[in-house]
Amino acid sequence: MPEVQELVKSLAEKYGRKRENLLHILQGIVEQERYLSDVALTEVARELDLSAAQVYGTATFYSFLDTEPRGKYVVRVCRTISCDMKGKNRIIQAIEETLKIRLGETTQNNKFTLLETNCMGWCHEGPAMLINDQAYTNLTEEKVIEIIMDYAKE
Amino acid sequence: MTYKKLKRIDLIFHEDCDCRQVLEKTFSKSNDEVINDILESGLKGRGGAGFPTGLKWKFTAEQPSDERFVICNADEGEPGTFKDREILFKVPSKVFSGMAVCAKVIGAKKGYIYLRGEYRFLLPQLTKALDVFHKEIKDLLDFEIIIQMGSGAYICGEESALFESMEGKRGEPRNKPPYPTIAGFRNKPTVINNVETLVYAFMICKHGPTRFKELGTSDSRGSKVFSVSGDTPIAGIYELELGMSLDHFVEEFGDGDTKAVQVGGAAGFCVPRKKFNDTIIGFEGVPTGGSMKVFNSSRSMYNVLHNYLEFFEEESCGQCTPCRVGCQQLIKGIEAVKKGEQKAAYLDQLMKLSETMKLASKCGLGQSVANSFSSIVDNFREEMIY
Ligand code: SF4
Ligand code: FES
Repeated sequence: MPEVQELVKSLAEKYGRKRENLLHILQGIVEQERYLSDVALTEVARELDLSAAQVYGTATFYSFLDTEPRGKYVVRVCRTISCDMKGKNRIIQAIEETLKIRLGETTQNNKFTLLETNCMGWCHEGPAMLINDQAYTNLTEEKVIEIIMDYAKE
Repeated sequence: MTYKKLKRIDLIFHEDCDCRQVLEKTFSKSNDEVINDILESGLKGRGGAGFPTGLKWKFTAEQPSDERFVICNADEGEPGTFKDREILFKVPSKVFSGMAVCAKVIGAKKGYIYLRGEYRFLLPQLTKALDVFHKEIKDLLDFEIIIQMGSGAYICGEESALFESMEGKRGEPRNKPPYPTIAGFRNKPTVINNVETLVYAFMICKHGPTRFKELGTSDSRGSKVFSVSGDTPIAGIYELELGMSLDHFVEEFGDGDTKAVQVGGAAGFCVPRKKFNDTIIGFEGVPTGGSMKVFNSSRSMYNVLHNYLEFFEEESCGQCTPCRVGCQQLIKGIEAVKKGEQKAAYLDQLMKLSETMKLASKCGLGQSVANSFSSIVDNFREEMIY
């Protein structure tokens, strides 16, 4: 996959090839590719002269550095206490029914992945979710379906 | 017991402020004078641990080194806490200015804001504000602030884990000592303060220490930003004087049917109704990083505890056994009691386990699980069983 190799190289050039730049590079790959493939991780190890284990071990530590394929839009619904109290289960169910996937899965067209996440700092406006970097709050079943459909149209 | 009435303060959000002017005034003083002002004000770190901010700055300034850093910890992740997001959103230049003051007095040329991944949407706006700020202080101070993104790991809010993460590694807490003031980021002397602390430090530079010191109590000086959520009709962010009684807090923020308040988030303490009256919010009573979560009678405290434990289990970095295995066992344990597979007395065993975690865990995460665990089990024992 020469494309990934090129991406890794350009990120390494942009941020530098020191260990300290590893997270920046991994974040850059996720931004482009939505996840870190084995090829990408091996390439990063080669480019930064680290062991693959070091790179893999770091990547898997962070929940936003996905090492499994993800859709174009990663939907993360908060599962922590406030959002739980405000009915996050209903929100998840509504998304599952709309997208015809279960928590943790990706739609067939690779457009959406549905995940849970821990408190994302919108506890006063729960239930809350992130779609990629964008936060959505005060969700209701109707509202969340509308939001998802808007993305689906794109 | 002496406590303050609940009083709203508006030092952080509403007060307009010409940052450049305050910086000029502050920089006309000697570094020692500025540190003394911060010490004099009695400001303690607003992240929850409560170390005196002035001392942190002083120790770092005194540590011989060719390089020092100031780091703004914007990785708030404690369930129920969202104040730093609001501060960064509304008054970013006050945060930058607080960092600049710190940089000047400790002799740092570089500062970092470690912004949690969940707040990436703030990045464009923050970068813009930062550009303006850099231009504004160019002739005042040789200081550059860089924003570094986290990637979704609660433990990276722990200061040494945050350094590890900034160095491109897994965000696992380091052994202490050495403390950051001696060896922090890149093993250089580092001041790491959370967002709110830096803004207060700056407001103290603006007003002088007296105005701040007059607020609060002898143990808990000043005001603090609280994030209020749960069963409350007025969830949101409030700046309040420290030292109020929980009773007064509930009167203002409860829904008339409050049965418990979780002070300080999942790592904090659960206070039941019968203790509202003699609980003070502050370092002499129940300290908090800012999270105040209100529960009314309709809530099952078993569910609340279960949710907290799931949170800890997932966010434990896994480095030490008491925390990694302890979290899993506590969940299994309360589930077993609930299902009747274990006798109620088993809860006492679990309490002992949580105490062991407090003693034997390496960092604040594993050490603080016992806070919510024992306060909830103690006060709502019957809800754990039936
Ligand atoms: S207490 Fe938990 S989070 Fe802290 S170092 Fe040990 S395993 Fe990691
Ligand atoms: S609990 Fe959902 S955002 Fe905090």
